[in-house]
Formats: sequence, structure tokens, C-alpha cells
Amino acid sequence: MSNALDEIITLIAPHNRKGVAVAAATTFATDLEWDSLTVMDFVAEMEDHFDIIIPLNLLPDLETVGQVADAVNELTEKKNG
Amino acid sequence: MADLFDKFDPMIQAREALGFEDASPIDVVMEEIISPTEAVIRGERTILAGTNNYLGLTFDPRCIRAAHEALDAAGTGTTGSRVLNGTYTGHKALEAALGKLYGGQQCMVFSTGFLANLASIGTLAGKDDFIVIDADSHASIYDACKMSDATIVRFKHNDPDDLDKRLRRLDAGGRVLVVVEGLYSMLGDKAPMKELVEVKNRHGAALMVDEAHSIGVFGETGCGVVQEAGVMDDVEFVVGTFSKSVGTIGGYCVSRHPKFDILRLAARPYMFTASLPPSVVASALKAVEILGAEPQHREKLWRNARQLHEGLCRAGFDLGAPASPVVAVKIAERDMTVRLWEQLLKNGVYVNLAMPPATPQGLNLLRCSLSAAHTEEQVATIVSTFERLARSNSVLTKPAA
Repeated sequence: MSNALDEIITLIAPHNRKGVAVAAATTFATDLEWDSLTVMDFVAEMEDHFDIIIPLNLLPDLETVGQVADAVNELTEKKNG
Repeated sequence: MADLFDKFDPMIQAREALGFEDASPIDVVMEEIISPTEAVIRGERTILAGTNNYLGLTFDPRCIRAAHEALDAAGTGTTGSRVLNGTYTGHKALEAALGKLYGGQQCMVFSTGFLANLASIGTLAGKDDFIVIDADSHASIYDACKMSDATIVRFKHNDPDDLDKRLRRLDAGGRVLVVVEGLYSMLGDKAPMKELVEVKNRHGAALMVDEAHSIGVFGETGCGVVQEAGVMDDVEFVVGTFSKSVGTIGGYCVSRHPKFDILRLAARPYMFTASLPPSVVASALKAVEILGAEPQHREKLWRNARQLHEGLCRAGFDLGAPASPVVAVKIAERDMTVRLWEQLLKNGVYVNLAMPPATPQGLNLLRCSLSAAHTEEQVATIVSTFERLARSNSVLTKPAA
């Protein structure tokens, strides 16, 4: 279970226009219906929230909320480690 | 059976949903070019207010004569790469002229502005480097990042504090290339260049400025926003295009870096494509000389820009940015944007229809761009046509200020 998951779900809430129930398996493109610009803006929001850098190179591999949470955990560990 | 084109179905549906009655932007044909500011479209004389022909040099007799002479002397094309048989004296002369314009820098000329970005950004930053780009960057900058093996980071549009925050987190000094534009082409907003330079200097990063829409438009000798802001010596790379103010096609990159020339052997979009034809090079060279030496075109362009901006403001339109040669009119509803675009065209005014994802913030825009070649009367006609059509469609409801 990732530490960042709950925080990310909270960050998603204001952008969840469709009112989808968000969990680790929720996808950005299909479930939340976010376009690539919305995703990139959300990445910037997470970067500021967690004080990390999430390179755009990672985006193609981040399809679900859970995958993002794992990436954030890893980047946070790297920063603190 | 699945088809390669299946993935475009949503795009095809989106295009069909736009509901053009009988003219759509991708079907616009310039049937006859009358001048830099007028063409025949759908059989009608139309004012061109969406061309990027900022200085109106496409019909300058000196540029045309130079192109004719080069065509007669050197033929229709080079048929080869810059690193094989495609470097003529004209290409070297154009590089020398641009280097001189930028105060004695080195210059590389590319076959398009898009390729200049792919070549310089994509090659400069490698596996262990970082590219930090403005969020509203042009597609060519995003694609250059895709080509590069570097780590890509995006900062909030035109926000030096946000850039500062991200450079601090990266803490990578000289291995960072920051990329911004001088003037952003959709909204016509200018980068806060002084502040951006201060931030990148503090972190020891290199800065590349894309002056595609600002060469010829800003600065004492038309070098762009870097010159206007007085920071030319602090900017490591300037890239730009010949397809706007310079009036033809092609791209360039200038730099003072002592090893800059090695890019000629490392940048694949420079090496693996044919070089510009001699006639294009000759008209570009003449136009670069003109834009450096004749500020009157720039002054006329800005008078036109201010006239259009003030006129549309007074009519009550919501505009994208302070006055610049790009004046973007924001329209709230997508369907109304499409309808107004079509009616403008039918009433003799061509502008650019710009919609997401090509626009920032999901905006629907009727994007106008001015030329030094527009007359005061033409600009007045653009304003009055906009106002009349917007009122008849109830887009403008308040009385004019």
C-alpha cells in the first residue's frame, strides 16, 4: 500500500468533473477522461505538493492512479535517501 | 479487423462535430495572392489577418530580385545535405549575416524552424541532462524533447518563480537547458525575459529562446525579445525561423559557445535532410539585412498592432494579451467561435481559428496577426467587421466604450 495514494486521491477530487469513484486502479485517460494537458497540469500540482520533480518522460507509463502513487513514493524516497 | 486509422475515430468525430456550414479552415485555398495583406479566397478579395507576415517582406522587390538572381545562377535546389553537397556560398553568407545581427555569434541555418528546434534542443541535451520547458511551448519544442534522451521537466507558463522552484529541486547546474519562447504565438503574450534570465543565471543553467514570432518584431535591430530586454549576452542560444518576418522558410540557431560548430556533425535534423534552395537562402539573406537596417517596418507593424488591439478592446472583446502583432480574440463558446470564423471569412477577413489542444487553457481563439504592410484602412475594416458580426450574433452585447 503506497503512502502517497490517499493524498493523490484528495488532489484529484477538485478535477474529478465526472464524479468517478477514484481508487488505485482508476485510469486518467479512460475513467477520469483527462486529456494530456490536464494530466501535465496535474503533474505540476503533485510536484509542488510533494516537493519533487516528476519528469514528463515518465508519463507514458503512468496510466493509473496507483502507478502514479508508486512513482511519487519512489521519487520521494530518492529525494530523502 | 482492426485498422491503423481506428485510433483517429475520436478526432474524425470531433472534426465533424465542429459544424462548418460551407468553409472550413483546412479547406481554405489562397486562389490568388494579391499582396502580403490580400488574397482571393472562395473567389472573393479577402484581407489577410492571420499570416505571420509581420514585416510584409514577401513581396519586397529587393527580396524577390535576390531570389530570382539566385534561382538563375544556382538552380532550383541543392539536392543534398548541408554536410554533403548542400552548402553553397549563400548558406554561409546567411549564417554570417545572422551571426552579425546577433552581435558576432556563430550561426547554423536549418531547412525549417521546426527542424532548428528538433536539431538544437534534441541534440544539446543528452542522457544525463535536463530540459526545462515552458508549459505553453510550441509543438516543435515538445517533439524535440521526445527525441532527446534527457529528463524533461515543465514549468508554469511565463512564471519565473515556478522555474526557480523547479531548478532548485533539480539542482543540476550546467547540465540544464531551459527553453522558452520570446512571443507565444497563440495568445501573443511575451516572456518576462529579464526575470527568466536572472533565475537561470542563479542556477547556472543554459537558456534557449525561440524567437520564431519575435525576430524582426522586437529590439532595436529586430533580434527579438532578448534584445528588447537587454539580455542578449546572457542568453546561450537563440533559435528562430525564416517563415514569419523573414518571409520565406528555414530556421536558424545562434550561439557564442566555442564548441557550437560540432552540432553540424551531431544534429541529425541538420545532417539528414536537404538544405534550403538557393533562391530561398537569397531572399532570406536580403530580408535579414532589411529587418536589421530598416526599423520603419517594425514601427509600422506596431502602429497597426496597437490600432487593432485598441479597436477590438474598445468594441468590448476579451483579448489574450497586451498589444502585440498577435492579437487573440477569446470567444467563450466553441460553436460560436467556428460560426464567427466562417462569417469573418465570408465577409472578407481571414483570421486563424485556434482551438484546444493547440491553444493554452482550453481557449477558443480567433487569432489575428498583423503585418507592417496592412494599411490603416485595412485594420479599421478588420475591427469593424469583427464588431458587426459579433453584435449580430449577440457575442458583444454591451455598447462600445
